[in-house]
Amino acid sequence: MKEIINDPENIISEVMDGFISAYSYLYEKVPEVNGILLKERRKDKVTLVIGGGSGHEPMFGGFVGEGLADAAACGNIFASPDPNTIYETAKSAHAGKGVLFLYGCYAGDNLNFDMAEEMLQDEGIKTAHIRVWDDCASAPIERIEDRRGIAGDVFMVKIAGAACDAGLSLEEVVLVLENARNNLRSIGIATKPGKIPGLEKPTFELKDNEMEFGMGLHGEPGIQRTQMKPADELVEILYGHITKDMPLISGDNVCILVNGLGSTTIIEMSIVFRKVRQLLESDGIQIHDADINSYCTSLGMGGFSISILKLDSELKKYYNSPCYCPYYAKQQR
Amino acid sequence: MSLNVINTKKAKEMLIYVANEIIDSKPLLTEIDSKIGDGDHGIGMSGGLKKAKEKLMAYEETSNVYDVFSLTGKTMLMSMGGASGVIFGSLFLAGAKNVSPKEELNTRDVTEMFDKGLQAIKERGKAEVGDKTMVDALEPAVKAMKSYEDNNLLEMFKLAESAAQEGVENTKNYIAKYGRAKSLMERAIGYQDAGATSVWIIFKSMREFIEND
Repeated sequence: MKEIINDPENIISEVMDGFISAYSYLYEKVPEVNGILLKERRKDKVTLVIGGGSGHEPMFGGFVGEGLADAAACGNIFASPDPNTIYETAKSAHAGKGVLFLYGCYAGDNLNFDMAEEMLQDEGIKTAHIRVWDDCASAPIERIEDRRGIAGDVFMVKIAGAACDAGLSLEEVVLVLENARNNLRSIGIATKPGKIPGLEKPTFELKDNEMEFGMGLHGEPGIQRTQMKPADELVEILYGHITKDMPLISGDNVCILVNGLGSTTIIEMSIVFRKVRQLLESDGIQIHDADINSYCTSLGMGGFSISILKLDSELKKYYNSPCYCPYYAKQQR
Repeated sequence: MSLNVINTKKAKEMLIYVANEIIDSKPLLTEIDSKIGDGDHGIGMSGGLKKAKEKLMAYEETSNVYDVFSLTGKTMLMSMGGASGVIFGSLFLAGAKNVSPKEELNTRDVTEMFDKGLQAIKERGKAEVGDKTMVDALEPAVKAMKSYEDNNLLEMFKLAESAAQEGVENTKNYIAKYGRAKSLMERAIGYQDAGATSVWIIFKSMREFIEND
């Protein structure tokens, strides 16, 4: 597979350089480490720091912005940032009211973010964390804490950014986000592998006529590999998984994200959304807002995921507040 | 004549030797990891040890031999990222933490250092033998070192290396509790763990260094 790179060893530093300079009206780099920082530091609020491995762009670095994260700590391809990167990024962004870390629940991220929190706490900086575990294909609900974080990250960053901007305390923001996480589920399918730059082989193998339900963002195996099916059938199966895990009842309000994994088109995802809408309508569920985009990708992987965030009045309030970054923006509503 | 104690100079040479061996094993580790993981274990380990090697080469020797291990661990921890950065960084860092400075280490000191590293890793990563992680190679290696009573480094490292190698073999029988292979369940059976393989390479390298010295 062809890729537009130079030396695989320099990928992340070249990405940082290109990405941050392209959006230099908004961003600056954290000196010495791969951290992206909002230029105009906001005061009197909890600092929201997100992060994780690179390779999922625009997640996480692209979600720094007004009403969103204050900074992002970026690791190597598919590898969590090291504790020092997280520490330096958080320290540069900290505005005095504590730091909230928001990241996907993966062993490497958990270990590195925990260490960075210890380093910050040693200096008297208050910290807390929320691990996103929205992928309901990755573990049964009894072991929800073992589940991975996928495209539901988008909703979590949206809500977290709004809650932090509203001036809530660190403890209060954590409660809001635990509520958001309880009301959030995602599941996806993969149709084609991605590729790690510099490695010969694709991230997994899948025959031309095959697809896999519940496959992870790094090619982690899913729950079932089958023949390719028409879009409507795929959506029915995915919708069934989500609503079994998080029952929806007539009258519920939801936000929907159809997220592409990198090489799937808006044409395909729009057809997917159409079916999701039909299913929700027939169950009497109201769509408050929807998005069709590739936010949480996997280096050109084919496929998509569906995320459903069930809103209550608290979540709706934070969801409705405005936000802006080059990849994701919402108007006040 | 092989060494019976490791001083700062020897520790530095030994860790540079270990770094070179891991860097050379990058394709092997990548290959093993791609079977059931991301395939990036080789990239992470060789990248971290490349940085550690640079630091070691520039290191002005002090009289405290533990500093060499701390420097290696800290460099890996602060540069690698991923789960292996924390875990393999702790292997070298934790054992050399909160100990009185020493000019040279004997078999007992080396054993104690790796034992403390093992305990720190288990505490942080919450992994036990049988979870298909590097602990599957490290714990038997440390046990072998603990059971060795004489003061001959080469003999002790030989025991540790073969215990680690056996541990790597055993990982083929386990389902994974961590990392990408976790969701493979029984499909991970038959494949060895990449992290355990790195542990074996580290012990093998230390044995070779002592043997060839």
